[in-house]
Amino acid sequence: MRNSLIIIKKQIKDTFKNKTVLIQFILFPVMTLIMENAINIDGMPELFFTKLFSVMYIGMAPLTSVASIISEEKEKNTLRVLTMANVKPWQYLLGIGLYVWLICMIGAGVIATGIKKEDIPCYMLIMAIGFVISIIAGACIGIFSKNQMAATSTVMPAMIVFAFAPMLAMFNESIEKVARFFYTQQLKCIMDDMTFSTLKADNIWILVINSVLMVSLFFIEFKKKGLE
Amino acid sequence: MIRCNDVYKSFSGKTVLSGIGFDISDGEIFGLLGPSGAGKTTLIKILTGQLTFDKGSVSVFDKDVFSLSGEDKKNIGIMMDQFGVYERLSCIDNLKVFADIYGVPTGKIKRTLEKVGLGDAGNKAASTLSKGMRARLALARLFMHSPKLIFLDEPTSGLDPQTMRQIHKIILEKKKEGCTVFLTTHNMEEAYKLCDRVALLNEGVIVENGAPEEICRKYNHQKTIQLHLSSGEDVVIPHESGSAERVSRLLADGCIETIHSSEPTLETVFLELTGRKLEEDE
Repeated sequence: MRNSLIIIKKQIKDTFKNKTVLIQFILFPVMTLIMENAINIDGMPELFFTKLFSVMYIGMAPLTSVASIISEEKEKNTLRVLTMANVKPWQYLLGIGLYVWLICMIGAGVIATGIKKEDIPCYMLIMAIGFVISIIAGACIGIFSKNQMAATSTVMPAMIVFAFAPMLAMFNESIEKVARFFYTQQLKCIMDDMTFSTLKADNIWILVINSVLMVSLFFIEFKKKGLE
Repeated sequence: MIRCNDVYKSFSGKTVLSGIGFDISDGEIFGLLGPSGAGKTTLIKILTGQLTFDKGSVSVFDKDVFSLSGEDKKNIGIMMDQFGVYERLSCIDNLKVFADIYGVPTGKIKRTLEKVGLGDAGNKAASTLSKGMRARLALARLFMHSPKLIFLDEPTSGLDPQTMRQIHKIILEKKKEGCTVFLTTHNMEEAYKLCDRVALLNEGVIVENGAPEEICRKYNHQKTIQLHLSSGEDVVIPHESGSAERVSRLLADGCIETIHSSEPTLETVFLELTGRKLEEDE
C-alpha cells in the first residue's frame, strides 16, 4: 500500500504539469457549471447538462487518463524502472486507479454543487460506480497498448461508444436499443430518476455484466502481457 | 555475486543467447562487449529476472534469480539504455519518488545530485535536460539507495566525451565503495578503462573472456615494436631480445620520437574472432 501511495503522490505532482490529463479532469465539471448557469431553455429537463456531461465525464476522463498514464509509462520506460525498484504491478495499478478515481470524484463533487442536497449521495454513488468501471476499461487499454499513440487510437472508439452513446440515445430510439447495453447508459437512466429504488433487475444485470466483462478483460490482458 | 551457467534463450525459434556462462565476483566491474544485436540487453534482462530463459541457470546473491526477495531486489540497481526518467518532474522530484520507495532520507537527494554534477539542476524538469544530464540523473537514481550490484546497459552510448568521463569517474568511485558492476558496451576504450574482466559477445555466443590486458596480450600475434623517428621515418622491428641493442642505440642517440608495442586493442581482437567490428552498427 505504501508504494501505491507513492505512486499517487507522484501522479498528483505530474498532473499539474501534464495539460492533456489535467484538461480531461477539469473540462466536464467546468463545462457543466457554465452550461447549467448560462443556458436555460423552456421545457428543458431539470439538470439536463449536469446529467449529460456527468455521463460523458464517466465515459471519457477515467478511460483516457488511465490508458494515457499507463501507456506513457511503458513508452518512456519509467514503468520498468518502477517494477525493478520492487514496485509490484498491483501496487502500481492500484495507485493509478485510486488517483484517477479520487480526482474524478473531486470533479464530480464540483458538478454536484448544482444538485439538490438530498440527491448528492445518490449522484456521487452513480459517479463512483461509473468511474471504477471506466478506470478498469482504461487499464485494459493501457496494458494492451505498447505506447501512447496506440493507446489513443484504441481509446478513441471506446470513449466515443461509452461517452456519446447515452447522449445520442436521447435523440434516436434505435441507438437507445443498443446503448442500453452499456454501463454509461444504465448510469444515465439511474441519474434521470436520481434514485436506486426504481432500479430493475435488467438494469442491475447490465451493470454487473459490464463490470464483469471489464474485470475479466483486465485479468486476461494482465496475465498475457503484464506491465511489459 | 552473479553466476550464469550455460544459458540459452531464443525468441520465436531464433537463438539469441547460446551457452552463456560466467561468474562475477564481489566488487568486480564486468564488461560485456558486443555490437548492437549481439544479445547484451537480453542477457541483462535475464540476469535481473525480467526475462525467463530456455535452459541453464542464473544465480544472483547466491540465489536463483527468480527467487530474489524484495530486499535482494533493493540491492540491485539497473540503468537501461532508455533512462526512464519522469520528464515533467524536476530532478529532485524524480529522485524523491525513488527515495520514498527505497526508504532513503530525502536529505540524500541533494547530495546524490551534487555527486553526479547536477547540484544546480535540481529544480529543472527532466525534459529540459541534455542527454548527458539525463544519463547522470538516471545514475543518481541508481546510486541513491547504495545498491550492492549495478547493471549498466550502455551507460555512455551517444554521450559527449566529457560526460562520458564524468560517468566513468562515478562508476569507478562506486567500485571503490565495493559495488559490483555489470556493464554492457560497444565502446572498447570504455571497457578497457573500467572493466576488471570482459566477455566478448557475438551473435549470442561469448567468443572470449578475461582481463582486457590478458586478452590483448593473448592475441598479440605480430609481436613488433613500432618506432617513429625524429627523421620522420617509421620503423617496425620484431619484439625480441635481438632488437634490444638497436632500440637502445636509437634511444641513446635521441632518434626516437614515439615508441609503441603492437598489442591489439579489444576492437581488433573482436574483429579477428568474429570478422565484425564492435561499433559497425553505430
